[in-house]
Amino acid sequence: MTTATDSTHIDDHHDDDHHEHHIPPGIKRWLYTTNHKDIGTLYLWFAFIMFLTGGAMAMVIRAELFQPGLQIVDPNFFNQMTTVHGLIMVFGAVMPAFTGLANWLVPMMIGAPDMALPRMNNWSFWILPFAFAILLASLFMEGGGPAFGWTFYAPLSTTYSNDGTALFVFAVHIMGASSIMGAINVIVTIFNMRAPGMTWMKMPLFVWTWLITAFLLIAVMPVLAGAVTMVLTDKFFGTSFFDAAGGGDPVMFQHIFWFFGHPEVYIMILPAFGIISAIVPTFARKRLFGYASMVYATASIALLSFIVWAHHMFTTGMPVAAELFFMFATMLISVPTGVKVFNWVATMWRGSMTFEVPMLFAIAFIVLFTIGGLSGLMLAIVPVDFQYHDTYFVVAHFHYVLVTGAIFSIMAAVYYWLPKWTGKMFHIGLAKWHFWCSLVSVNVLFFPMHFVGLAGMPRRIPDYALQFADFNKWISIGGFAFGLSQLIFLALLIKACKKQGEPVSDQVWEGAEGLEWEIPSPAPYHSFETPPVVK
Amino acid sequence: MSEKEYEKYYVPAESPWPFMGAVALFLMAVGAGNFVIESTRGKEGYGAYILGAGFIVLIVMLVGWFRNQIHESMSGMYSAQLGRSYRQGMSWFIFSEVMFFGAFFGALFYARFISVPWLGGASNNDMTGEILWPTFEAIWPLVQTPGGLTTEAMPWTGLPLINTVLLLASSVTCHFAHVALENNNRGKLKLMLGLTVLLGAIFMVMQIEEYIHAYNEMNLTLQSGIYGNTFFLLTGFHGFHVTLGAIILFIMLLRVFKGHFTPDNHFAFMAASWYWHFVDVVWVILFAVVYIF
Repeated sequence: MTTATDSTHIDDHHDDDHHEHHIPPGIKRWLYTTNHKDIGTLYLWFAFIMFLTGGAMAMVIRAELFQPGLQIVDPNFFNQMTTVHGLIMVFGAVMPAFTGLANWLVPMMIGAPDMALPRMNNWSFWILPFAFAILLASLFMEGGGPAFGWTFYAPLSTTYSNDGTALFVFAVHIMGASSIMGAINVIVTIFNMRAPGMTWMKMPLFVWTWLITAFLLIAVMPVLAGAVTMVLTDKFFGTSFFDAAGGGDPVMFQHIFWFFGHPEVYIMILPAFGIISAIVPTFARKRLFGYASMVYATASIALLSFIVWAHHMFTTGMPVAAELFFMFATMLISVPTGVKVFNWVATMWRGSMTFEVPMLFAIAFIVLFTIGGLSGLMLAIVPVDFQYHDTYFVVAHFHYVLVTGAIFSIMAAVYYWLPKWTGKMFHIGLAKWHFWCSLVSVNVLFFPMHFVGLAGMPRRIPDYALQFADFNKWISIGGFAFGLSQLIFLALLIKACKKQGEPVSDQVWEGAEGLEWEIPSPAPYHSFETPPVVK
Repeated sequence: MSEKEYEKYYVPAESPWPFMGAVALFLMAVGAGNFVIESTRGKEGYGAYILGAGFIVLIVMLVGWFRNQIHESMSGMYSAQLGRSYRQGMSWFIFSEVMFFGAFFGALFYARFISVPWLGGASNNDMTGEILWPTFEAIWPLVQTPGGLTTEAMPWTGLPLINTVLLLASSVTCHFAHVALENNNRGKLKLMLGLTVLLGAIFMVMQIEEYIHAYNEMNLTLQSGIYGNTFFLLTGFHGFHVTLGAIILFIMLLRVFKGHFTPDNHFAFMAASWYWHFVDVVWVILFAVVYIF
């Protein structure tokens, strides 16, 4: 950098200060951007591409499991598919999608000009495509990609893994750095950038839930970094953190991993609660029932999430006292979660309900997420979990909370705010097709998994006993149908990005309230150059 | 908070540095991964070069980014509100570092209070001891692993104690430097900051000395069971942070000599000193639980 270039930069900044901002043309806009909307768009498209990539891997899994016996792929590749599918969906699809929504919405909702730290914002996005490039490239390397499950339990990831594990470890490291930077940005933005009058208890719930999510991220992503580091040293440098012969313990891996992993599952669902809490009041045309209790419930869930991790480990031979503690702590989480479901239903009670597409997804979320929550409650019961552990019942449980929970909420959010982003109404016909096809197929896909799981079919296997054949056929058919349904969504999004459709009003939806609905549609490049005053 | 502060909030224009930072991390991750595989498996490859290239790109990025940042700050584009953003951001970054060390402290406590006693037959694990390793004795520091490796425990007296005094003293001098800066006493600032960097450097030399001693005379290595593992990973990551902190403070010292920082505008200095105090606090905990108890 020469001083001359530096000073031109400074001049740019002056332009910026006077808001004569221009959108730079071409690829540079996306590589160098500091605009929260551009970065939000990047996050959302990245998440969607990863969703389709991870989904394609799920199709491989379901194709293999369509019939009993080994059909299409060899078992090692099957394991790579289940592993990378999980990693991509968790770290590449759900988390970036929520971060993208936070980027787009948090500044607009609190009346801020942008995120608090715009350059770091861009850094945290651009790490992700590189991190996932490393992860995906490892599939094509000698020995293949990671094949130890997304939870990378030792000794599968240490003694029995291939050398590509080193790349997996460093990919996770930089992903973690990205998440931490993103979370710091969200917290600082919410703490420091609220418009005058936007007091804590006036903040939209999406902002509240994301704030709490960001705390969870900063608290647990470094622990994940520690876990992968210990895997790396155990595998390559002769340490024995997870090896009893050296005084360590493979179960210790599970403790460290799930100390990260359990808050992580709330990282993937709390923003969803915020989204549903925004959509339901709009289409019920009533204020959200129990706003304050929603805030406290979210905070309680976040706090409890730190003391329940060992419910993933009931079958590892923990002392009974520990099992009881983690069982009761886990069951306690159903109280604040129940408060939320109750509040959403109470918001709809005697509302003037209409069923636009975002509302359809939101209602599907409430029903299907509750199913996932209830199966979670079953899994929390220690003696019952002894039977369910590592069966398809668990797979059914977490796909109900993550697909019909997190992913459905993301789709609801996209349908809800897309007209604000583009200024045009999306293609409602396609959206309804997308909703109904997804709704039916997702239940054909995941509901029978409860049955095969209860009957004892283990997860993460490429072959299974004959008695599970019928259900698995239907599960696979549901899976392919759900996969194809997402192509409708792709078509709709492409149309939306081409700005096709009817222009919408600033408010877009009749019952919508909040700062983001007061600015023009499409939202201008800089939403609030001077902060609005919230009364 | 007045409205005026909001109007001045500085939103930077496009910048190439963040993307370059992502490229740097990409090269470093690919390079480090390959380097680990190649160096431990005796393979040929380019891991070290890619890692080195990543470092260079990272340094170029940091220099460029911070130059922009310093320029903006010194031409008065920043507001009090932006200063708060930076301070809050730095605090949360330090919190994330605390959690990173927490993972390793957690491993230490788990080994000490759960896995080692259990291997010796505690709780409901009588048979583990009987069947697998009947002669294993559950003691801490674990100088003989169940697998049979022997080592020695690092005493807390001597070198570690001196190091503790050095690091505590450096935290005090760092604080004095901060006070001197706020009182606009540049001479004392240079002296105290220079002293801090010097104490940090001596600490690192002593630490290396300790490692050499451990490897050569005590048979205490990274491979000597969970005691050696936790010892080297905790002190190693701490040492890495000390090095980083000392480099940052050294850069602050150079900036002080260039006449940067004023009594009320010195976020970079403050962030560096916070980081230094954090590293110091980690050491105190580490000294207590790794060395003494």
